[in-house]
Amino acid sequence: MPLNIGVLALQGDFQEHRAVLEKLGANVTEVRLPHQLEGLDGLVIPGGESTSIAKLAVRYDFPDALRRFIDEGGAVWGTCAGMIVMASKLLEPEPEPFALMDITVSRNSFGRQVDSFETDIPVDGVPGGPVHAVFIRAPSVQGQGEGVECIAKLEDGTPVAVRSGKLMATAFHPELTPDTRIHELFLRLSAGESSPV
Amino acid sequence: MATTTNGTATSYIDRVREPRWLNSEDAEVGSYAVKSGLAQMLKGGVIMDVVTADQAKIAEDAGAVAVMALERVPADIRSDGGVARMSDPNMIEDILKATTIPVMAKSRIGHFVEAQVLQALGVDFCDESEVLTPADHEFHSNKWEFKMPFVCGCTNLGEALRRIGEGASMIRTKGEAGTGDVVEAVTHARAVLGEIRRLQELPEMELMTAAKNMGAPYDLVLYVHQNGRLPVVNFAAGGIATPADAALMMQIGVDGVFVGSGIFKSGNPAQRADAIVQATTHFDNPDIIANVSRDLGEAMVGISSSELPESEQLAKRGW
Repeated sequence: MPLNIGVLALQGDFQEHRAVLEKLGANVTEVRLPHQLEGLDGLVIPGGESTSIAKLAVRYDFPDALRRFIDEGGAVWGTCAGMIVMASKLLEPEPEPFALMDITVSRNSFGRQVDSFETDIPVDGVPGGPVHAVFIRAPSVQGQGEGVECIAKLEDGTPVAVRSGKLMATAFHPELTPDTRIHELFLRLSAGESSPV
Repeated sequence: MATTTNGTATSYIDRVREPRWLNSEDAEVGSYAVKSGLAQMLKGGVIMDVVTADQAKIAEDAGAVAVMALERVPADIRSDGGVARMSDPNMIEDILKATTIPVMAKSRIGHFVEAQVLQALGVDFCDESEVLTPADHEFHSNKWEFKMPFVCGCTNLGEALRRIGEGASMIRTKGEAGTGDVVEAVTHARAVLGEIRRLQELPEMELMTAAKNMGAPYDLVLYVHQNGRLPVVNFAAGGIATPADAALMMQIGVDGVFVGSGIFKSGNPAQRADAIVQATTHFDNPDIIANVSRDLGEAMVGISSSELPESEQLAKRGW
């Protein structure tokens, strides 16, 4: 049975996620309204502009629907803007995050676009060497609650990927590289594997 | 350097281009992957022209994915006449400070010093734009020399691939800016998408002649033939004024929309901005488009683009 994975398609690079997940054999749905969460094993919140995604999500009552989805056992993974909207707290005044995961996040943590960068980082639970990570006006994790595990850091120690149960957030964009290992990790989370990492 | 973008950085770029950054000590800052990657983050979104920090805030609150900072929207550039240039750095800086979303600004075609200034100001994206008066009758800026990404306008596939060959990280239709008439944006989007479909069908032995005929780099023609799409994000621009216009462009097959004069030249900018953002996300849901289109007040007055004399057609600029 292929996994049913949704990609939140309000704005951002949801097609890039879709392409990777389909290549890995998942059955992918673009989610634009909350009722489309029904029957999904996992949901990816893609990269994009967090203010735009948050505004469109609030308009159609996604935050409550997402909390219910998680309570009912759904897995959620946010990349970049997705990490921002999943946070419990932002250091910046906007947008209001959805509080899906107990992390404090800072937006545009590395500066403006001209400071965007690529680098190789090891990710816990991802065998086969470091992951090539693309950071675009990226956020970073500034604090994490109990039970939230940091699974990747930059060389200077800044946490850029976290996991808690079936929730995962990355400040970088695995969907922009041909390396599918982080997507494979998320599919293992969505399948409910007890120790996927 | 590593350009490993999924489906966007091209084999062409991997093979023949080494980035040559102006001021970067670290080759992995401002790589092609992060430049074209920012454009990918804008997909499914609306980029709005703003002339003040207050307008930038309205655009951000409405859910715009980026703002285009400029002194005059295209409708005013049209009516004022004269030479249209890069905006005042102070004005651009005010907007950079006022908003947390990416800020774009326009340079004249071929005016690479204006582009250098925009990069120095920290602008997130440069639009080398036909809306401003061209600074060069033959050549566009060499966009490979910048760590700031560029978007360029096009009217057909050959023009799009020439701009990508020069290093553009994003393409948009030219449309006919400042008219509120969507017909030229439709024409240009259909031209690009139709030519992509035709290239896909061609046998490989015909590709070199196709490249010659459209004046496009062979490697990019080969990329389009193999992938059925441009190697970068493709937005619609020029004349989009209503939520239905935005959804029309999305259904035709672009990745997102620019709205120039259409928002802040209308009766109720905040509400119209919000409506266009929603219609762009829910472009395939006519019920939602109907709802957001209610009571928007007056759209920008508009000029029929077919009534413009050739000398006033901005889409003719660019080579």
